[in-house]
Amino acid sequence: MARNGQNGQGAISIRNVTKIYDPEGVHVVAMQDCSFEIAAGEFAVIVGPSGCGKTTLLNAIAGFDNITAGEIYLDGELISSPQKQIKPNVDRMVVFQNGALFPWKTVMENIIYGPIVQGRMKKSEAIQIAREMLNQVGLNEIESKYPEELSSGVQRRVEILRAMINEPRVVMLDEPFRGLDAVAKTVMHEFLMNIYCTRPRTMFFITHDLDEAIFLGNKVVIMTTRPAQVKKIVCVNMPWPREHHILGSETYLGLKKEVLEAVHEEAKKAFEAGEREMA
Amino acid sequence: MKKLKKVFNIRVLRGIISIVIFVGLWQLVVFVKVPYLKNLPYPKEVALDGISAAGTKIYWLNWEISLIRIFIGFIAAQLIGIPLGLAMGVSRKFKDFTFPVFEILRPIPPIAWIPIAILFWPTRELSIYFLVFIGAFSIIVINVLQGVSNISVSLKWAASSLGARPKDIFWRIMIPGSLPSIVTGMTVGMGVTWNVLIAAEMIAGQNGLGRMTWEAYTNYNIPLIVVGMVSIGVAGYLCSSLIRWLGERAMPWKKRF
Repeated sequence: MARNGQNGQGAISIRNVTKIYDPEGVHVVAMQDCSFEIAAGEFAVIVGPSGCGKTTLLNAIAGFDNITAGEIYLDGELISSPQKQIKPNVDRMVVFQNGALFPWKTVMENIIYGPIVQGRMKKSEAIQIAREMLNQVGLNEIESKYPEELSSGVQRRVEILRAMINEPRVVMLDEPFRGLDAVAKTVMHEFLMNIYCTRPRTMFFITHDLDEAIFLGNKVVIMTTRPAQVKKIVCVNMPWPREHHILGSETYLGLKKEVLEAVHEEAKKAFEAGEREMA
Repeated sequence: MKKLKKVFNIRVLRGIISIVIFVGLWQLVVFVKVPYLKNLPYPKEVALDGISAAGTKIYWLNWEISLIRIFIGFIAAQLIGIPLGLAMGVSRKFKDFTFPVFEILRPIPPIAWIPIAILFWPTRELSIYFLVFIGAFSIIVINVLQGVSNISVSLKWAASSLGARPKDIFWRIMIPGSLPSIVTGMTVGMGVTWNVLIAAEMIAGQNGLGRMTWEAYTNYNIPLIVVGMVSIGVAGYLCSSLIRWLGERAMPWKKRF
């Protein structure tokens, strides 16, 4: 069951999206006729083989890249089509795979950057809100530190807070916890769940970790190998907030089997395609 | 006491030890009369000549003249080179127009510019400023260009998602993002400008530390040659230290570089 987004906002509709890189030259079809819906406030997790086009789709929604065919709507408004591309905006915040905190800004300066640059808040007001957010998640002592002084896990948390202070309609996270160890990941999952429960927003979360996908999502969208299409959508009907002991429950194990079978089939295809390319 | 401890920390001590070892080896080389180095004066002779030179006005005037030349040429190179590198890094069109010419001129060693500089500029002083400028110019341009190109696209995308306009991205992302490369370019460029300055002063100058060293050679005053060389080394070290100090203040997020 999806939580209500901010005023029921943040519904994404992806309709027959195709993306071809270098159509005149190498002609790489990254996505073909890909369609699915994400309801307002839903926590959608996208999984699929490496290089299948998940990040391509995220970039198109975020406004970083255009699409070759199809349409993407946000709350009924066309935001991407071959004829129209709405620029990146605060209503679609992205947390990047390799982190994108500004190294020359302190934690506080990073978090308040959005509201200040948009002219939406006075600096004192933004600082007060950022402090409250940092306090809520127990990071109140790091506000004057630079990103390089923090662990990757803490950097990711700060980046998520930097996104949330802008009250976006959609938060898109591209494998944000990649490279973290299992213990750090559980902390990050709790953090993200806490954020999602207290400030519900539509989440578009890309991962390769199936446990993470089922634990966090209310919808797991499994993509095919390139060119990306939707292979299967698995709905995760487990109550919120979730705790890690559900990872041993029968419902969870059943869901994992279902997701794993679909992913494995695609992984095999991707592997065989790779072998063919190498031959 | 605390302040004194801060100044004489372990790293400073290691530096002092390395200088003492170097002087000790020098003494040994002269003492055992190593072939080809038998004309090298003892450190003590150089020190005495250095002290006596330091008591003259002309010695400090040479320092002053060389430093003024360095700073005028170096600052002019930064004032023109940094905006040029930024413009090349930001605009592909501008880079397409300017980069080929820049790449043709860049491999020409600054010293190869000496004849044309002497012929082209109305005074020898201007020729020297120009040569110092050439020494630092291409290094800063290429470093800034590299710095801008290396800024992760994620940072630019993150800024635009956060609501930054193109001018905000330029001033708040491109400039601080390329600052480490700017400082590296300035540090490397400073070393090169001293090389160029000394060559230019020896060939075209009438004063300065380079000329002082050259005149010591023509008078076969070996201790004074070494005094000149050490003075150039110290002056170069002080200038590079100044750049590093400024860099540390401009980039508090970099603990060391």
